[in-house]
Amino acid sequence: MVEPRAPGSPILSVRDLKTYFQLDEGIVRAVDGVSFDVQAGRTLGIVGESGCGKSITARSILGIVDKPGRIVGGEIWLRRGADQPVDLATLPANSAAMRAVRGKEIALIFQEPMASFSHYYTVGNQIIEAIREHSDATPRQARDRAIALLDTVGVPQPERRIDEYPFQLSGGLRQRVMIAMALACDPRVLIADEPTTALDVTTQAQILDLLRGLQQQRGLALILITHDMGVIAEMADDVVVMYLGRAVEKGKVDAIFHAPRHPYTRALLRSIPSIMAAPRTKLATLGGSIPHPFNRPAGCPFHPRCDAFMTGVCDRAVPAALAGPDGSEVSCFLYGERP
Amino acid sequence: MLARLFNAKPAVEDAATAEERVAVASQLKLTWWRFRRHRLAMASGVIVILFYLAAGFADFLATMDPHDTESARSYAPPQAIHLFDDVSLRPHVTVLRARRDPRTFRMVHDQATKVDLGFFVEGYPYALFGLIPTTTHLLGLKGAQPGETLHILGTDRLGRDLWSRLVVATRVSLTIGLVSVVISLFLGVLLGGVSAVYGGIVDTAIQRVIEIVRSMPTIPLWMGLAAALPNDWSVTRIYFAITVIIALLAWTDLARVVRGKFLSLREEDFVTAAELSGAGQLRIIFRHMLPSFLSHIIAATSLALPAMIISETSLSFLGLGLRPPAISWGILLQDAQNIEALALAPWMLAAAAPVIVIILAFNFLGDGLRDAADPYG
Amino acid sequence: MLAFTVRRLLLAILTIWVISVLAFAIIQLPPGDFVTAYIAQLSASGASVSEAEAVSLRELYGLGQPFYVQYAKWIVRVIAGDFGVSMEWNRPVGEVIGDRLWLTMLISFAALILIWGLALPIGIYSAVRQYSIGDYLFTLIGFIGLAVPNFLLALVVMYLSFRFFGANVGGLFSSEYELAGWSWDKVVDLIKHLPLPAIILALGGTAQLIRIMRANLLDELRRPYVVTARAKGIPEYRVILKYPVRAALNPFASTVAYLFPYLVSGSVIISIVLSLPTVGPLLVRSLISQDMFLAGTIVLLLGALTVVGTFISDLVLMWVDPRIRHQLD
Repeated sequence: MVEPRAPGSPILSVRDLKTYFQLDEGIVRAVDGVSFDVQAGRTLGIVGESGCGKSITARSILGIVDKPGRIVGGEIWLRRGADQPVDLATLPANSAAMRAVRGKEIALIFQEPMASFSHYYTVGNQIIEAIREHSDATPRQARDRAIALLDTVGVPQPERRIDEYPFQLSGGLRQRVMIAMALACDPRVLIADEPTTALDVTTQAQILDLLRGLQQQRGLALILITHDMGVIAEMADDVVVMYLGRAVEKGKVDAIFHAPRHPYTRALLRSIPSIMAAPRTKLATLGGSIPHPFNRPAGCPFHPRCDAFMTGVCDRAVPAALAGPDGSEVSCFLYGERP
Repeated sequence: MLARLFNAKPAVEDAATAEERVAVASQLKLTWWRFRRHRLAMASGVIVILFYLAAGFADFLATMDPHDTESARSYAPPQAIHLFDDVSLRPHVTVLRARRDPRTFRMVHDQATKVDLGFFVEGYPYALFGLIPTTTHLLGLKGAQPGETLHILGTDRLGRDLWSRLVVATRVSLTIGLVSVVISLFLGVLLGGVSAVYGGIVDTAIQRVIEIVRSMPTIPLWMGLAAALPNDWSVTRIYFAITVIIALLAWTDLARVVRGKFLSLREEDFVTAAELSGAGQLRIIFRHMLPSFLSHIIAATSLALPAMIISETSLSFLGLGLRPPAISWGILLQDAQNIEALALAPWMLAAAAPVIVIILAFNFLGDGLRDAADPYG
Repeated sequence: MLAFTVRRLLLAILTIWVISVLAFAIIQLPPGDFVTAYIAQLSASGASVSEAEAVSLRELYGLGQPFYVQYAKWIVRVIAGDFGVSMEWNRPVGEVIGDRLWLTMLISFAALILIWGLALPIGIYSAVRQYSIGDYLFTLIGFIGLAVPNFLLALVVMYLSFRFFGANVGGLFSSEYELAGWSWDKVVDLIKHLPLPAIILALGGTAQLIRIMRANLLDELRRPYVVTARAKGIPEYRVILKYPVRAALNPFASTVAYLFPYLVSGSVIISIVLSLPTVGPLLVRSLISQDMFLAGTIVLLLGALTVVGTFISDLVLMWVDPRIRHQLD
């Protein structure tokens, strides 16, 4: 495990981010008041079940939420060196200023390397495009740089692979190319959205190793989005647990794993298979499933599935975030004041 | 599709909210709800129903016998309907009565007379729905003298009333499309289904046949086939032969839709679940798969109908489809084929209007149905 | 890639074969045999045919023998370029058809180019600006294009131009060039006359293709690779033109394969209304007067050329799609 560096001032600060989707059926609050900080050289893990708003959070940061989604509130502060920090939430999605951030300052790695590449262009074409967008490199220089990048991420025979089409590569190789493309312009923040979900287990480990190595070399701030507590345990320094668009618990990775406070976090941890468990015991599962966004329960959104549900409390009001030791936070009536 | 997504058990046991209704609705209900949101499609649906009603009541709506010729009335222009006589409400038309001078046999025109319009008046005898003999028509002239006739849309070269011909043609043109669609639907579902279910060499063969049919310029071919129908066949026989020819042109699209749907559904979890629980092949097809793409078939059908109607109209227009004395939109338009006739009697183009309206209506309806059936497709 | 080409080629040959059987069936369908009708025709025009000549004619066409023998004899002659004799014109069928076949193809091809040129930008616009006023406007025009059969459109255009300009817009040549041999001036004249029938023919297809392009592009715009491209910080217009449009272009291009037969079909009908010197009017006339060798030949040649056109477009498509091109490995 990487030794976490001393926390400095964060590169990226998200404050009370709200991204809503205005649909005919009603408003979906995909992200509903999420805050977190990301620091250079550290990894922030965002964990939660599918549909909890993790990916939308990542896209909101880059200003590429699909319509009819829209950032309706909150701030996204990006600090660049000595310059004044800039609030990305206020930049128009297609402005030159926002585009200069995308790929250049903050890069994104996607879940499905197959679907995330266009199959009509070679991988080289798609990497070189990113390089040339943010620099004055000549086609020759850009190509050399792309080959070097492919080499860095461990693609064998990069001179040959650069001219291949994505469908000619294996899944693991595709994900490596995806990482090379994300690194094309030396970003300082890298958001990896379920980077290993679509891969087999051995490849998963290799890709995670690669990401960790790159982070150490380049001092990247890494946001790792996953539903896999195992990946979090292995990679993250800080953790945000999300449920239905809200951060229900935040804290250092050790605290989250050793002293989870929110019932949802505890339930998630119980559902990890362990080799320590007695054979043939049933793996704990989380009862029910995430309610449909239109069907958001009143009060604490987790209360219908919560084993610590308190009638008349949890279904009445939404618990506020309660600060705990070492920068941790939890939103649950078990700890704070009750209505 | 959506139904399964939404099938999360309602978490809260509170009052039945709109959200919960969505969560428990069946596929067909959801389709209907989504369809209702398409105003244009709803309006088109009403128009289609009205057209078919008109087809059913064609003789009742006709004001004159559509086959009744009278050279004296050749190319009579449409008569304007006046609602008021001076100030009093008195719907009437001004009729220019023409008659033949019994001695000279020449046409003479009497002075224009005002003749009252009336509802439910006596007219030529017909059988409503082919069953009930009657002489009542919706609209007609009250107390008309011989030679005084009503022509809302004017007359053709032979002096036949265009409006009456148009409504009677509606019956032929709309049903020919319907019968063709049923035949091609049968072929399409059968071959598409067989292709998808059996796969392998059967699938390949059927796919090749479809490709071959699609890469042929169909109109010249069908023109050839239609022209080869013997001259001495009865109107009804020609009608059914044309129906079959048109159906042969259209089944390939439906077969592709059905096959595609079958194949994608076979991969769906609920089909796997049905298979695992031991349901038979037929039960899976009819109980599980068919209901979930019934709405697609309905949509595809309503999109295929306009093509059928255009085919019939085109063939008849060329003189290779239905033949007089049958009356269809294509046959009516055939009279408007040459520029001389059009210059003399532009109202002959009136038959174009129902063609365009019904094709548009079917297209909007089909689009609405398709969107409703498959919002993500 | 080779396998793909070979498969397409075999399919094209098979299709042409099916068309030839159908064409021959059309020749055979009318009651009575061709030679009797031909002799009757000849005697009506004053020429007499001896019994010996009649027998040799019967032998030539294999009359009285099974369908497949007659077909074989016919197809062998067709391949050698002998399409038989047109009864109505009393001339070899090849001569009667003359330039008309190429003019048919020319009009269909011109319409095809027009469809592409119009549908592509409009489709992109409609998808990217979904539900904008422009999108609604084009959708409306598209629906009208879809709903008005092109022969009706031709009729209306004829009527309007006659009514308001007093001009007959039919034909492909001015009267002075109609019978003249080919010259540069005649070509220029043809080019001047081409747009109107091409536009009339193209309208329905354009409407259809706009809808296809719009739907495909809307589909592609939601794909993850578009988000990837956006995340690289490329300007939005370049993201759209380079990625989703490129992907949507493929199914769009493959529609040519069925659009072309459709255009050839359509050209037959509008030619009759606009009295264009294509095979359309000739086909209808020959069918009505039961001049079956002429009719059958036209059906065969139209079908074969359409299949060849489709085959070529398939090859082009294969060349531009890397997924098919690299199917080798």
